[in-house]
Amino acid sequence: MSGTYLGMPAFPEAAHDAVRNPTLRRNLRHATHTIRDKRARAVAELEDWAGLRAAAKAIKDRTLRHLDHYLVRLEQAVTAAGGTVHWAADAAEANRIVTALVKATGESEVVKVKSMATQETGLNEALEAEGIRAYETDLAELIVQLGDDRPTHILVPAIHRNRGEIRDIFAERMGRWGRPAPDGLTDRPADLAEAARLHLREKFLRAKVGVSGANFMVAETGTLVVVESEGNGRMCLTLPETLISVVGIEKVVPTWRDLEVFLQVLPRSSTAERMNPYTSMWTGTTDGDGPRAFHLVLLDNGRSDTLADEVGRQALRCIRCSACLNVCPVYERAGGHAYGSVYPGPIGAILTPQLRGTGSGLDASLPYASSLCGACYEVCPVAIDIPEVLVHLRERVVQGGEATRNGVRVRLRPAKGHAAERAAMRAARWALDHPAALRAGQRLAARTRRLHPRRLPGPGRAWSDTRDLPEVPAESFRDWWQRTRGGEAR
Amino acid sequence: MGGGGPAGGSRDRVLARVRRALADVPRGERPSDVPVERSYLRTHGRRTAEETVALLAENLADYRAVVHRTTEDGVRDLLMVLLARRGSRSVLVPPSLPPHWLAAADPTRVHDRAACTTRQLDAADSVVTGCALAIAETGTIVLDGGPEQGRRRITLVPDHHICVVRVPDQVVASVPQALERLDPRRPLTWISGPSATSDIELDRVEGVHGPRTLEVVLLETDRDGETDREGEPGGDGGDEDDHDRGGRDGPPYADG
Ligand code: SF4
Repeated sequence: MSGTYLGMPAFPEAAHDAVRNPTLRRNLRHATHTIRDKRARAVAELEDWAGLRAAAKAIKDRTLRHLDHYLVRLEQAVTAAGGTVHWAADAAEANRIVTALVKATGESEVVKVKSMATQETGLNEALEAEGIRAYETDLAELIVQLGDDRPTHILVPAIHRNRGEIRDIFAERMGRWGRPAPDGLTDRPADLAEAARLHLREKFLRAKVGVSGANFMVAETGTLVVVESEGNGRMCLTLPETLISVVGIEKVVPTWRDLEVFLQVLPRSSTAERMNPYTSMWTGTTDGDGPRAFHLVLLDNGRSDTLADEVGRQALRCIRCSACLNVCPVYERAGGHAYGSVYPGPIGAILTPQLRGTGSGLDASLPYASSLCGACYEVCPVAIDIPEVLVHLRERVVQGGEATRNGVRVRLRPAKGHAAERAAMRAARWALDHPAALRAGQRLAARTRRLHPRRLPGPGRAWSDTRDLPEVPAESFRDWWQRTRGGEAR
Repeated sequence: MGGGGPAGGSRDRVLARVRRALADVPRGERPSDVPVERSYLRTHGRRTAEETVALLAENLADYRAVVHRTTEDGVRDLLMVLLARRGSRSVLVPPSLPPHWLAAADPTRVHDRAACTTRQLDAADSVVTGCALAIAETGTIVLDGGPEQGRRRITLVPDHHICVVRVPDQVVASVPQALERLDPRRPLTWISGPSATSDIELDRVEGVHGPRTLEVVLLETDRDGETDREGEPGGDGGDEDDHDRGGRDGPPYADG
């Protein structure tokens, strides 16, 4: 994954900073509570929600169990419709492919619609190094990019910023990237949106190359689907002459009909709307409408390693709706930055250590960034049992075991004796230090799910009983990792 | 097809990794052996055609589209009023918009030609189109690039979009019904209300990049004046069980 996060402190240390920042906490709390209440209402509108959720899960399971088949099928369909398919085993390869494709057009700038896959690969930095400027066009991503910042939320990446901060970023920075903000810009959201509209429209109207991700790819037909609100997606997908989509291999669904499930569960779980303002679907290229050249880059980058783990595999069902973030008491206090990855919150806590492995202190601490309350599982539209995967990954951190890294089966050594227990305690301490977070978790748990998915064997056992905590040792988790390297074979 | 060379190598490498990762899947298992229970509903609630149209109007308005209702006799004057009220001097029109719709309107009609630059489109005040269908339960209109809708860019760049929906013929109840009727080989744009963002403190603001104003005209058609899309090749078959939409040159993939 991207080098952006190298050197991040482990979750508990990073979370500490967030907890001390009252603006950040207020913004996050407001956002998560507002969205989660709206979501509950949007979901309650559909009496067949349970059936949709079961179908969404089953479709993704079918896809994952036969992923090779569907990828080949997708490749055929996209190619037959006039597109070109590329395969990237890792981030560096994906970036090389995209860079070469952009260079072949002779252009030195691209417009981008928010794409987690390209954030994961660090594409913007890779393009920059080759003299190509990538403009983020989602309003929130623009705020993040201009502010030299990182996203904190999957759906609303700049939610940690309030309107005053956004005004200042626009007034100060827009001019360096293109059309400056209008004089006397106020902090009214409508004025800020207007400033973004004017600033970005210049770029859309002259752009020759667009870069996107996709929410879904239909194997049967070769159709790609992008779901969005602002219209920047439509701009990037239809105005340029060349479109390059970088998409994780897990985003495929078998049939056209399957979209009837996902187009119902995604908007309601995500923005709590019956339907998001814009959905674009395209199949290869169309004469006279939209880009003349379409390239699809299929990205592995740790996904096949994740697939190899029979318990952890379910994380690949994720459709990035962000519902699990909004109900997570730990995310609410810690903020998205603490997870040290483009994937924050509960899904980040299980996806990141699988995509990247648990070789760093940060990644090893992520499975502990949870109170195991189960609220994330309850809201997940594809029914990912996040607590189950968390416990499984904790087991792996403290006990070692089989894992796949870069396609190779490796045996991770267990962390030794007391050190392992202390590591677990230290990493868990953060959540437990914050009684409000823990209480919220327990309250939800009583209503929603069995409290303890299962007890950890061996040194992790003490952790699994949240009410019987031993003293937490003075040595920080990070220091412990640096001293022992976590006992993991590298 | 990564153009040969290293990309070809990665294709095989990724597929091999995926296959190895799935060692636990029994060799003889077919995708269709993994059950997908479709016990969810095809539509939510029972409604008459008229009630379905009313629901569409309600849900469109809920997402801040401006909804109007008219008949074949009234559409001319209504469109004239809507464009005049907006002060539009130029209006983009797709290739086969029924000419009588805009017969009374003053603005200059701009036709989207291949040679048109996006800047020229940007100068148009409004766009008037038909649609492929509309979905009542979600308040969504769907465009598929048909001759009454034109290319995707014409409904994107101008700030004001008037979309005419023939009711009840073009209205379906639900997302599943919509997908049945649409052809994935066409470029599809689903629109639910005007462009919007909630990125600034979750305050909803209309129109960041797409049209800031969406007006939907529900046009009542006589049942016998059935408005089929003039027998276009490759148009939607509308056959409920027809999922034969695989690649352009292969058999459909039977996937249960
Ligand atoms: S894990 Fe589930 S709830 Fe969380 S983002 Fe993914 S799909 Fe949504």
